[in-house]
Formats: sequence, C-alpha cells, structure tokens
Amino acid sequence: MGAPLRGRPLSAPRAQAARLGWRPRPPRLLPWAPALTLGVLIGPVLAGLAGAAAPAFGWFPPLGGDTVTLAPFRALLAWPGFAASLRATLVSAALSTALSLALALLIVAAWGGTRGFRLIERALSPLLSTPHAAAAFGLAFLIAPSGWAARALSPWATGWTTAPDVLLIGDPWALSLAAGLVTKEVPFLLLMILAALPQADAARGALLARALGYGRVWGWLKVVLPRVYPQIRLPVYAVLAYSASTVDMAVILGPTAPPPLAVQITLWTRDPDLSMRFVAAAGAMLLLAVTLGLLGAWRLGELAAARLGRAWVEGGGRGRRADGALRAAAGAAAALTSGAVFAGLAGLAVWSVAGLWTFPDFWPRSFRLDAWARAAPGLGAAAGETALIGVVAVLVALALTLGCLEAEHRHQLGRPRRSLWLLYLPLVVPNVAFLTGLQTLALAAGLDGGRWAVAAAHVVFVTPYVFLSLADPWRAWDARAGLAAAALGAGPDRVLWAVRLPMLLRPVLTAAAVGFAVSVGQYLPTLLIGAGRVATLTTEAVTLASGGDRRLIGVYALTQAAAACVGFALALAIPAVAFRDRRGLRG
Amino acid sequence: MTAGLRLEGLRIREGARGRTLVALDLTVPPGVAVSVMGPSGVGKSTLLAAIVGAAPPAFAVSGRVLLDGRDVGALPTEARRIGLLFQDDVLFPHLSVGGNLAFALPAALRGRAARRERVAAALAEAGLEGFAERDPATLSGGQRARVAVMRALLAEPRALLLDEPFSRLDAALRASFRRFVFETLAARGLPALLVTHDAEDAAAACGPVVTLGPA
Repeated sequence: MGAPLRGRPLSAPRAQAARLGWRPRPPRLLPWAPALTLGVLIGPVLAGLAGAAAPAFGWFPPLGGDTVTLAPFRALLAWPGFAASLRATLVSAALSTALSLALALLIVAAWGGTRGFRLIERALSPLLSTPHAAAAFGLAFLIAPSGWAARALSPWATGWTTAPDVLLIGDPWALSLAAGLVTKEVPFLLLMILAALPQADAARGALLARALGYGRVWGWLKVVLPRVYPQIRLPVYAVLAYSASTVDMAVILGPTAPPPLAVQITLWTRDPDLSMRFVAAAGAMLLLAVTLGLLGAWRLGELAAARLGRAWVEGGGRGRRADGALRAAAGAAAALTSGAVFAGLAGLAVWSVAGLWTFPDFWPRSFRLDAWARAAPGLGAAAGETALIGVVAVLVALALTLGCLEAEHRHQLGRPRRSLWLLYLPLVVPNVAFLTGLQTLALAAGLDGGRWAVAAAHVVFVTPYVFLSLADPWRAWDARAGLAAAALGAGPDRVLWAVRLPMLLRPVLTAAAVGFAVSVGQYLPTLLIGAGRVATLTTEAVTLASGGDRRLIGVYALTQAAAACVGFALALAIPAVAFRDRRGLRG
Repeated sequence: MTAGLRLEGLRIREGARGRTLVALDLTVPPGVAVSVMGPSGVGKSTLLAAIVGAAPPAFAVSGRVLLDGRDVGALPTEARRIGLLFQDDVLFPHLSVGGNLAFALPAALRGRAARRERVAAALAEAGLEGFAERDPATLSGGQRARVAVMRALLAEPRALLLDEPFSRLDAALRASFRRFVFETLAARGLPALLVTHDAEDAAAACGPVVTLGPA
C-alpha cells in the first residue's frame, strides 16, 4: 500500500521547489500557542471555581459530603465575625480602589508632561517592583504607635515618652489596610494610564484644551480622561478584585478579630478540622459574589459618571482657579504614596540592623548584625526556593507569551477585545476563590503540592503581566527589519531568533523582570498550592507578622524587596553589556 | 499700545546653550495673516508651541510675546487667549459635534438653551446647520476641518495660530476651506500666524511671508 504513495509524482511547482531545497515542514505547534496560553490561564480558574463551588453546596465525597445542602453557607453566616469581616473587605476594597484611581488620575492630569513628572516616572519602577508584603511591613513600621512617624514627632510635638496605646494598624474598618493598598495601586494605575496616553492622543488634546482657555487639570479631565478610561477599565477592575481578595497585605495591616473575608477563608482552608473546608468553600463563593457585586456597582458608577460628565464637559467651566490647589494636592499625593513605600523600606533596613532602640529615639542606640546572622540559614534556603520558582514560572510565561505574539504575527491572527478580557481573567476573579478550589481538588486527587505545583500556579499569575508588558513593544517592532532579513533568504524562525529577539532583547528582559517580581510577591498561591510546605521569602516574611520580631521582619521583608529588584537590575545590565557597541539599541 | 500679536526677539534654542532653532521679530496686526514658511523639521511647530507657552521642556525660549500690547510670556497657555489649529482637526471623539463646540464656549454664557443657540449659530456660519447631534467621525474631512475652526473661534481668542491646517485636505477642498478660514479671520479682525510649507497657502493668506531657513 505504501508503494503508490511513495511513487506519486510531485506536482510541477512542488518538484521545482524540492529541487531548490524546499521540504514540507513537520506539523507546527506555533499556531496552537494562543489556545494553549488561554487554556493555561483559564483552565485553573474554571477548575478552581468548580472545585470551590461543589463543596460550598456540601458536595465533596472525599470528605464525606455527598448531599447537596446549604449548610456550609449557614455555618458561614452563623460565624460571629461575619458582618465585621465583610465590612472590612468591602471598605478596604472600595475605598482603596476609588482613592487610588482618583489620585493616579489627578497626578497625571496635574503634572503630566512637566519636568516634575519625570521624577514621578523614575520612581515608578522601584515602587512597582516592591512586593505587597514588603510595602505593607514598611508602612506598618512607619505608622505603628511606636513607628518612625510617631518617633519623629515625639516627644517635642506629641509629648509622648512611651509609645501611645492606640490602634493605628489593624483598625476594625481596615483603613490602614486601605492605605497600604493605595501605596501599591497608585503606581500600578499610573503605569496603566501612561501606557494608554499615546493612543488617546493625550498630548494634543490637553494642549488644545489649554489653548481654549482650560486649566490644566480641568482640561485633562474633560478631554483626555474620557478617552483614557476605556483603556484602563480592566486594570481598574483587576485592582478592585485584588483589593477584595488580598491576603498578605491584610495579614500585616488588616484587622485581626475578625480579619477580612479573604484572610478568614485562608485560615479555614488550613484548619486541621477538615470539615471547615466546606465553610471555606462557601466563603470563597461568597467572596466571588461580593467581588462581582463590587464590579457591578463600579460599572454603574461609571455609567452615572459618564452621564453627568457630559453636561460638565459641555458646560464650558474652565477650572483655572482650581489648578493651583489641585496641583499642590496631586504633588502631595505623589510624595506621600511613594514616600510611604521608600521610607518604609528604609525603616525595614534600619530595623534589620538595630540594636537597642527605645521609643522616642529617632535612631537606634547601636547597630548590630545578629538578626541577619540568626536568619541566614533559613533566609538562604527561602531565597533559593524563591529564585527557582520565579525563574521556572517566568521561563514558561515567556515561552507562552512569545508563542502567542509570534503566532499572531506569522498567521495574521486578529486580536479581538475579548481575548484581552480572558488575559485579565486570573486577575479579575478573586484568587482566594479559585485557589481554595484548586487546593480542594488537589486534596481530592491526593496530589501533594510541592515546588513544581507552586511554580505552575505562579505561571497563571505571571503570564498576564509578562504578556501585557511585552505585547506593545513586540507589536511596535519595525517589521521592515524582518522583511529585509526575509529578502536575504532568512526563514521566519531565523528572523525570530537572529533579528527580532535580539532587537527586542530589552523589552523581553523587562517583561521577564516584571514576571519575576510578580512571582516573588505571590503569597496565597505559594501557601495554598504548596500546602504550607514550600517556604519562599514571601511566605516566611508574612508568617513573621504575628510574631512581632521587628528585626527579623526587617531582614526578610528587605530581602524580599531586593529579590523583586534583581530581575530589573539584570534587565538593565544585560543589554547594556551585550549592546555596548550598538548605539541604535541603547534605550 | 500695538494691537495684534507681536513677537519681540523670540528665540528658541535646543537647551539653554544649544543651537538656535528660531529667532524672530514679528508683528501681526489684527485681521492680517502672516505666513511662516520653511522645510519640515526647521522648528515651525515648536515656534507655535512656544508662542502658546507649551514648548517641550527640552527647548529654551527667550524673548517676549505681546498680545494687544500686553506681555503674555509669563502666563500659562490657558490664560493667553491664543487659539490653536492643528494639521488635523483633533475633534474630541467622545463628544458630539455640538459637544465639541460647547466645550469651547466660555462658561460665562449660561443656560442650556443659550449655549445651544450659540452652537447652532456657529454651525450655520460654517454651513453645517443641524449637525449638532452628529458624531464627528461621520463627518467628511472638510466638514471636520470647519468644525475645528469654529471651535477655536468660539473660545474667543485674541489671536490664532495655524499649524499647516490645509495640508491634510485634497486640492479641491483645500481652496474652498482656505477661503473660509481667511475670510472668517479677516471678518473678526483676528491676527493669525500660519505655519506652512506650501507657497499656495501663503499666497492665499494675502499677508507678509517669513521664511525660516535651516540654521
């Protein structure tokens, strides 16, 4: 049967092509890259939600749940801390998101394009790369009753000679948690707004508004904001969902009795009494509903703002008198939010080497390294684990991202707006909800979470950021270089490896650094998927929160922040060395 | 007091000690359109940005900008009352045609009905009656250009700067739109500064021509 096939004559053009060295290619994987990536992102989310939904309604045979019942929800509602916990979640999420968005918009509106703004832009990368836990610890060290802020004002202004007994961290309304979230969300939203500006023709629009007599801020809000907002809507939703389900920041800055919903769910999933898993699942479903409710309310707010905004825009108010005050307020907001992070990191550093440090003293009496010496063995192991998981997750995420982008380029795939939604799915679905379910599924399947399972979970969170970071520079690449190479006889693979990737080395490494920082900062996936046995810098640092050993916390949180920065340093250093003689490739 | 727009020793350099890009002494009386010509990249657009006080921070601007005898150099862009027309119309896509015009109307004109009436009058002047509710994206290039002119004028500027406003239009439209612009400016007695690299534009402006050369 094989003979006729082998003997089948080649068609004329094919025969000619074969003489010229053309061979049919083996089946290619590349066209499947987008589907594979979406599967990697969405599969765990859907599986996790299913894995939380079933036990939430009592059905989970491995733990003896074989009837569908509302008992888990009843148990959840009967929990005495329920109302206060829900309140803490709602207040911190809504307040921090609204405040962060307002401040980020105000900062760009008031200072965009000025000299002062360059300072803000320069501060963005370090602010973004600082992990949530490190930022939260830093803020806690600043605003605690015995923190740097109180020390700076004592005793000369406050009269305090001992630390005052007031609840500044972990207040029941979760205001300190909201403040911590704001310090991290303002830089993120700033970055997203800046990325959206060119497409919104912001520079000309803002100039035109001013030529028509509008104040800087008013003109920006009336002309640029309506065109920028649709582009930052998804990031805003991601911020809202993240705030509702953050665990690491909430453990450090949030109320404790009761804690916000996400923290309590995590505690239940780690309860030795396995029946509490049902309550945890019910809590996960409730948190999902709460998040969807918040997103729905936010959307309604958007619609109302758009309606009212139209009349405001067309009313012609120039707002020139408001400019001075608004610019001062925006400057103060930028200084305060970034200063809180930087001063916080400095506080961590000082505490890590502090000897005796009694209350009103601004500096420690002595400095010593024994916290570092005490921490060294565990610190080294945790740093190694962090690096290994981060590198694996980033490599997978980078492969998926490059596969998607290259498939889009070679096969002329469209990119519908829907696919962007799918990319944001792991960021908009509260991660407590689906991680709880994933953990339950792993339990049912008898899987023991280990390092590789954790790395796989990190891929879900790292990939969207790597993709978002790389997509624009990748698509903006001057395709003429590829055309020139193809005209010289280079096939698509050679164009990719020998032309496009080297030319885009800097953005590729930056995307990898973003991904690595995201991986370093992951707390909940590491804790839940690793079943508490995979110790990274982040899990170790957050675990220390309850202990109150400030020196040790300083050591771990500072190391965590440094680990998140390492990638960015390499992303700067490698192209600088590789292209030291190539002026055209220097950024 | 000299009426109109006056540039006294206006000088734009690349940085405080850099190359001089533009050095100009110029008076534009009311109702006159002065053309500034020169090849692209010579700094024409930077000149306009400097006059409205929005030159990029990389440029150092010295000299004085006087409007009706008053030095406006220390004022921010929004307080100078110098209008600006770009190469393309830059209509705001999130507003209707009428919304774009209402945006330019001073807030002192109060009341929905009064504002609407003023917008309708401006549209009529541009030969676009009944266009207020239209989406700017559904207008032709020539119609959009006229809306942009009316928008600039509704803000009641004391001078108008035009940055190659005709270059994007095809030849047939160009002549009629040019006539519309210069007649409208002359009727209002506005001093205008037109930046162009097209000699026909400069001729149609019927005013003095200044040529910027490569420095």
